[in-house]
Amino acid sequence: MPAGTLYRGREGMWSWVAHRVTGVLIFFFLFVHVLDTALVRVSPEAYDTVVATYKTPIVALLEYGLVAAILFHALNGLRVIAVDFWVKGARYQKQMLWTVVALWAVLMLGAIYPVLGHAARELFGS
Amino acid sequence: MSTTETNASGVGPVEGASLYSVDNPAPVIEPPRKRTKKTPKSTRGNFELAAWLFMRLSGVVLVVLVIGHLLIQLVLDGGVSKIGFAFVAGRWASPFWQVWDLLMLWLAMLHGANGLRTVINDYAERPNTRLWLKGLLYTATVFTILLGTLVIFTFDPNIR
Repeated sequence: MPAGTLYRGREGMWSWVAHRVTGVLIFFFLFVHVLDTALVRVSPEAYDTVVATYKTPIVALLEYGLVAAILFHALNGLRVIAVDFWVKGARYQKQMLWTVVALWAVLMLGAIYPVLGHAARELFGS
Repeated sequence: MSTTETNASGVGPVEGASLYSVDNPAPVIEPPRKRTKKTPKSTRGNFELAAWLFMRLSGVVLVVLVIGHLLIQLVLDGGVSKIGFAFVAGRWASPFWQVWDLLMLWLAMLHGANGLRTVINDYAERPNTRLWLKGLLYTATVFTILLGTLVIFTFDPNIR
């Protein structure tokens, strides 16, 4: 990595980078999501056709990625609020980040079956 | 600069020289941003502070709204496989879910737009690039918010 492109590194910087990247991804998804939902004003068939593509295994995997981005952004956002408003927030920012990561990992494990279950049944039979 | 000249006290020539005394005081320099009687009362306002606060307040509300939304759409009752026109019609028959979705739409779009505004401010350096990127961002945001609001309010379950 060229000199001068790394801010201070470590937990503080990388959580900031991840917050940014997930935020931008979620915003672009949101734009598409409002557009696809707007199809209910066109016709039930148009809406159901598009939603049918959302039930394919590949999109299920993308959905799992979306859940990952949203959960990280939500949990780390609460950490940012704690850093800003809690007196000891800045002192415990590292511990809070690892709490966020642990909580995120547990929730992502829990989301495997609900989000990817139907895709697995479609791919491997029920 | 290869060497630094210091006098015996270790203070550099600039700091050490005493040009002024009680009889010959240094001229008073007006602080450049000092408010005077001529300064207009209203300057640029507190937009950035309001935006900063909005990100935190809307963020807390969005955690509840969006995680609830994900649980309903992707986890409970068969996940994504149950979603279709009939499911949307069932949800939006209730004013509670209409208000939920409307609030989520507005808060998420404004939260995301302000986030992207920050990203553009950080990385787009040429004034023209910033102008066009922000113009595109604001246009897309207003369009999406208006379209979404229209869809929620004018939804017709008996469209066919």
